[in-house]
Amino acid sequence: MIEKTGVATIEMIKSKFPKKEVLTRPKAIIECYTEIPCNPCSTSCPFDAIYIGKDINQIPRIDFDKCTGCSSCISACPGLAIMVAMIKDGKAYFKIPYELLPLPVRGEKWTALNRYGRVLDKPCFIENVMVTKKNDKTAIVTVSIEQPYLYEFVTVGKKL
Amino acid sequence: MIKYVLEESGEDMRIDEHPILTFAKDKKIRFTFNGKEMFGYLGDTIAAALVDNGIMEFSKSVIHERPRGFYCAIGNCGSCNMTVNGVENVKTCLTLLEENMVVENELSEVIIND
Amino acid sequence: MIEKDLVVIGGGPAGLSACKVALDAGMKVAVFERSFLLGGQLVKQTHKFFGSESQYARTRGIDIAKILIDELDNTDLEVFLNATVVGLYKDNVITVYQDNKYFKVKAKAIIIATGASEKFLAFENNDLPGIYGAGAVQTLMNIHGVLPGKEVVMVGSGNIGLIVSYQLIQAGVKVKALIEAAGKIGGYQVHASKLRRLGVDIITNTTVKRAVGDGKIEKIVTVKLDDSWNEIEGSEQEISCDALCISVGLSPMHMLLSMAEANMTYVGELGGLVPIKSCDYETSLAHVYACGDVTGIEEASSAMVEGKIAGLMAAKHAGFIHPDYEALENELNNQLCVLRQGPCGEKIRCGLKKVGEVYD
Repeated sequence: MIEKTGVATIEMIKSKFPKKEVLTRPKAIIECYTEIPCNPCSTSCPFDAIYIGKDINQIPRIDFDKCTGCSSCISACPGLAIMVAMIKDGKAYFKIPYELLPLPVRGEKWTALNRYGRVLDKPCFIENVMVTKKNDKTAIVTVSIEQPYLYEFVTVGKKL
Repeated sequence: MIKYVLEESGEDMRIDEHPILTFAKDKKIRFTFNGKEMFGYLGDTIAAALVDNGIMEFSKSVIHERPRGFYCAIGNCGSCNMTVNGVENVKTCLTLLEENMVVENELSEVIIND
Repeated sequence: MIEKDLVVIGGGPAGLSACKVALDAGMKVAVFERSFLLGGQLVKQTHKFFGSESQYARTRGIDIAKILIDELDNTDLEVFLNATVVGLYKDNVITVYQDNKYFKVKAKAIIIATGASEKFLAFENNDLPGIYGAGAVQTLMNIHGVLPGKEVVMVGSGNIGLIVSYQLIQAGVKVKALIEAAGKIGGYQVHASKLRRLGVDIITNTTVKRAVGDGKIEKIVTVKLDDSWNEIEGSEQEISCDALCISVGLSPMHMLLSMAEANMTYVGELGGLVPIKSCDYETSLAHVYACGDVTGIEEASSAMVEGKIAGLMAAKHAGFIHPDYEALENELNNQLCVLRQGPCGEKIRCGLKKVGEVYD
């Protein structure tokens, strides 16, 4: 259970994803499961897709019709709890926040990690790395991995 | 008299690269600790420079002479107090390193009133 | 003797916020800080902050410190660094220790914003070198760029324990485990998740039984706890490490108020001994106000808001009405209510009730 381990159950994870048909376009996956006083995801969204409201303790709600997967919220989230996911040609694409060194480089192959920090059977590929002033030292790394790992992948581990 | 044996790990404890921070290491500063020459950087506290030089033992407990490190690094705990340039009870965690500072933690005399 | 309209003791988020509002109200202010720099504990917080825009959410703590300091560019402010306030007297006089000298300052109002100190944990050999408070590790690592060790164990899963563990990994240190005596993680789930996904074991119902080492820490022995916090025999395990980081909560730095015999009360939910204060943040000592962690342990976001309220009130009672007094008072109290509203604020709401403040 998440209170003991910090790891969400598969049901909890799936509840944050839209239907697979919707994921043909990139969508933000907000893994914020408990109420904390925080709202930058909502205020950073240029499309008003994330709603929290006056009581900033509320869990963010996302309107996938409005979300364009622009990734503005990824670096705004102080909990590094948001990624953008998309499915294309049998592969899952993710944009993840990354605040460690060394930074991945486009074209590299890295180990993929699940929410327990365990290495997945298949590696992931670094598609892009974005470092901008606006993101304030939170790099946005785009990776691809085989589609069956859609609900398992969460971050990259080591360069292979 | 409480005597110290200088023990150094010899390992460099400085962070070279950091994803968020940069550390200025512009000016090297010479100081001595219990008579031994050491180096830190401008902006270091005495305590930080000592840790970087492998020093973990900052003081000894008065009665049992148990080695003590420092605990808080913000001036509360008192475990890092040393004699600096002849002035006793200086909080080394809050005191910036200066060129040719003389830092000592060998206590010459301890008086305990029971 | 130096004379000021307002003396602020402590240059952290609460103290600096108090200075800003008091200066805007037209006061001549002096701030006294024990350290060689302003900013308090913000100067080592490398993570982006929670809260809302009014409390600089999504800005890193280190940058919030810069913002608060930059806002204070005002000739009516005098900053005393390396200056420890060692005495507080009932005629509104303080004694300051700086450069091996003592001097006195008198003011129309005094704001105590001394913050908190880290708690310690009782176990065998807990004084071995290499056993640090989590905040000490942050100071070493994030201010000075010096690592406390190469392989660290963290004790305590509150937000500080979780955040500092993550910062250790960012600095290149291996976090071997995070142990927590309670049955569940104390801090925000998102902090725990980002640690767990990097492979850090978060071990609940477990504490440190003893530290082992010759002259410095070499390993710890952990022990499992049952639901009544009793040690479970035979459950001991060894974890090797060259540093142990203790993050088991904070205590308000109440000493000045206690010495001056302000009305104090012990409230566990607030971290320890705290002053009883009026809704205007005035303590039982006339013209002495208190704000931030010294009045109860909370996040820095709340400390900043409390600091502003204390500044506003201290100014008002000394005859300096802030140009936006009414709007600010409403807005700030509203901000505090919102920050303390959710389930994370339950403990603080409960604690504040015990000192006579109500948040509904």
